[in-house]
Amino acid sequence: MSASVLYDAPGPKAVVRNRLYAVIGTLAIAALIGVSLLRLAEKGHLAPEMWDIFNYAGIRQNIADALVATLKAFGLAAVGSLVLGVLLAVGRLSDHKPVRWVATTFIELFRSLPLLITIYAIWVGFLTDYSMWALAAGLSIYNGCVQAEVLRAGVNAVPRGQSEAAYALGMRKTQVMVTVLMPQAVRSMLPTIISQLVVTLKDTSLGFIILYPELLQTARLIASNTLVNEQYPYVSTITVIGTIYIALCLLLSSLATWIEKRGRRAKTGIAVAPAVQAPGTIDATAGTFGIPGPDAGGAGGAGTGADGAGGGGVTQN
Amino acid sequence: MNVLLDNFPEFRDGFIGTVSITAVSSVIALVLGVVIAGFRVSPVPPLRYFGTTWVTLMRNTPLTLLFLIFFFVVPEILFPGMSPFVLGSLALGFYTSSFVCEAVRSGINTVPLGQAEAARSIGMTFAQTLRIVVLPQATRTVIAPLSSIFIALTKNSAIAGAFSVAELFGWQKLMSDKGYDIVPVFIWVALGYLVVTFTISGLFRLLERRMEVAR
Repeated sequence: MSASVLYDAPGPKAVVRNRLYAVIGTLAIAALIGVSLLRLAEKGHLAPEMWDIFNYAGIRQNIADALVATLKAFGLAAVGSLVLGVLLAVGRLSDHKPVRWVATTFIELFRSLPLLITIYAIWVGFLTDYSMWALAAGLSIYNGCVQAEVLRAGVNAVPRGQSEAAYALGMRKTQVMVTVLMPQAVRSMLPTIISQLVVTLKDTSLGFIILYPELLQTARLIASNTLVNEQYPYVSTITVIGTIYIALCLLLSSLATWIEKRGRRAKTGIAVAPAVQAPGTIDATAGTFGIPGPDAGGAGGAGTGADGAGGGGVTQN
Repeated sequence: MNVLLDNFPEFRDGFIGTVSITAVSSVIALVLGVVIAGFRVSPVPPLRYFGTTWVTLMRNTPLTLLFLIFFFVVPEILFPGMSPFVLGSLALGFYTSSFVCEAVRSGINTVPLGQAEAARSIGMTFAQTLRIVVLPQATRTVIAPLSSIFIALTKNSAIAGAFSVAELFGWQKLMSDKGYDIVPVFIWVALGYLVVTFTISGLFRLLERRMEVAR
């Protein structure tokens, strides 16, 4: 174990004490899990019949369809949010005041509203018969705003000299943005962008509120329509669907972490952002992407805010 | 305007519901998050593994699924008949605790090791080091991320409305069921949430200014 700010390397006494804590901790955690399982078994939720329902072709087909529906909504939302994100980021960085103003208002408004409220309003107001499009539109708007802020932080993190050099070469504004700034912004922010895609994927589960037949909605339907041993198989259904969700999200999360690690090896002079999953909002102005001091290497944390001048927090090497 | 005036009692209840579920689950998230962060930086391996697993699971589970677990599985383990408000607060609190944990942990990690070494070398005890040197600096760096975590929590509390907790999303749903035009309903609900989130970010800005430490 590496040294920590909180305690010294343990001596013989501390080693014994730590082992004692380890045993107590393991027992406590095991007891917690054991009691929970026991209680569930008592109520008959762990009976084989409860889990047998997943051998039925119909239910398997339901889950497969739901998975496709989830991935479809996610794909649409991913593309939509990235396109909107680029547009809004360019808008926010525009030289024209009205454009900047519109983009900023749009971002600030939809970023600070609950996604569910937006999705529901779109569904009820405009796309009642197209729940998939309502879900995808809501997700695109919300996540587009977040991605825009991420990209803006990325663009701001590109050293100023680069755009100055590009202008000096006679490039136009659009050329500078497209060929110099955006590629580097995307490259350095890729881990954060993918982490936000994980959030998008998780949020597709909001589709169940507008009755879109994605995984969660299907889980609910399966559980409330199948009566096994005079009980609804919520526990088994949630376990199966939950495993699918967690597997999907973990896959994307680990991609983000992998790219972050790979990016850290490269010597471009632009720090790669940590693959941190935002809890919902990214406060780019407060320097959420500020790369903390050298001690914080693996922290990948929410940044410091103290060193995030200009929202970039660039560490030059 | 009529939507609000005609249904003001429901709107008020919804607003109070949003504020109270946000407050209760913030407390749960904060306490649980700090405890789990303590596990993650502790010298005891099983606790560290537990903390890591907790954060990984909670961060990669959709909050809606967590709500489903809390409403259909947890009552089976504990006891049936828990109120939606309690279950909703617990689900929100557990979910947010993983983000609080990571914020706190990275806050502790931003304190340079040299500071603790210096504290030790002038003879401070462990408690003194923690209280006088490490925690004040860690707290300062944690405030900004915590602010956005709690704002996110407020927004996430909308999901509780879909699980029959009385709050603003519930009002939006009720109004559209009653046949009101969605646009004004949306605007009022949006204003309700904006008031809560602006209050939170204002409070945290105040806190941030008061706790500033030169680094």
